[in-house]
Amino acid sequence: MSSRPPDGGIVRDGVAVGIATGAYGLSFGAIAVTSGLSVAQACALSLLTFTGASQFALVGVVAAGGAPMSGAATALLLGTRNALYGLRLAPLLAWTGWRRLGAAHLVIDESTAMSVTRGTTEEARVGFLSAGLSVFVLWNLATLIGAVAGESLGDPADLGLDAAVGAAFLALLWPRLHTRTNQVVAVLAAAVALGVVPFTAAGVPVLAAGAVALLAGVLRSSR
Amino acid sequence: MWTAVIVSGIGCYLLKIAGMSVPPKILQNPLVERVADLLPVALLSALIAVQVFASGHELVVDARLVGLGVAVGALLLRAPFLVVVIAAAGAAALTRLWFGG
Repeated sequence: MSSRPPDGGIVRDGVAVGIATGAYGLSFGAIAVTSGLSVAQACALSLLTFTGASQFALVGVVAAGGAPMSGAATALLLGTRNALYGLRLAPLLAWTGWRRLGAAHLVIDESTAMSVTRGTTEEARVGFLSAGLSVFVLWNLATLIGAVAGESLGDPADLGLDAAVGAAFLALLWPRLHTRTNQVVAVLAAAVALGVVPFTAAGVPVLAAGAVALLAGVLRSSR
Repeated sequence: MWTAVIVSGIGCYLLKIAGMSVPPKILQNPLVERVADLLPVALLSALIAVQVFASGHELVVDARLVGLGVAVGALLLRAPFLVVVIAAAGAAALTRLWFGG
């Protein structure tokens, strides 16, 4: 972000991000239901977990036949990045007490992106809240609509919905593939996951691939 | 399933609140930051691979790979998220319709 828009612009950007995210919500709701979750479970995930990649991960593991708890473990590993966002946001937003407890629920990719680039606490708060709240409202609304629509769809495979899950993950991964390190880690992680598929329970291959990130992080720092 | 939904909900909130509450020094070390940066890449990539090639304990090539190829094309054309997902699903569905795979 090269130029800093005025306050009205910050709110408009935040709402635009929310609307764009609604589209993910539609596909999340539909994919969740065709993967075997109920409409209520899909909505509860969006309300409580409220972090897109983690939710897709849980649903993806379940769709592949994995135990729900290994899906939850994958979701938590993906959720660790929100903790790092919080580290950067806490001093910038400078909220305390119950405000901080409430704001924490809105710490996601979008709200972080819309606030960390601001120069002042006030602008950061406006960016954080406009993006966080509009994404929260539209994400949950879209999940409900997508889940209800997904229930009335036929066999997921006939509609190619099993391929839609992979495409959704790829779209989430795409912006992160800009460095050589990330590309190598992505390829190795995929190879490790596929390598252990024949021998492990569904859900485990994805967790095993997490070790690649750990190893790559350690190797990079020892140079 | 409900347990997993609740666990992921509570766990993901605790991670967010931890980040906002912990003194920066504890987590702000280069190794932790680098691993946290690489973790989503590794997990998402593994999820794609498993989602596209795994069928139970077997690795198979089927219509899902066509869907992924179309998704790559759509992303190269900078298509929005929903277009990428729908194009991939449509390509896989049509492949199955034509080839019965």
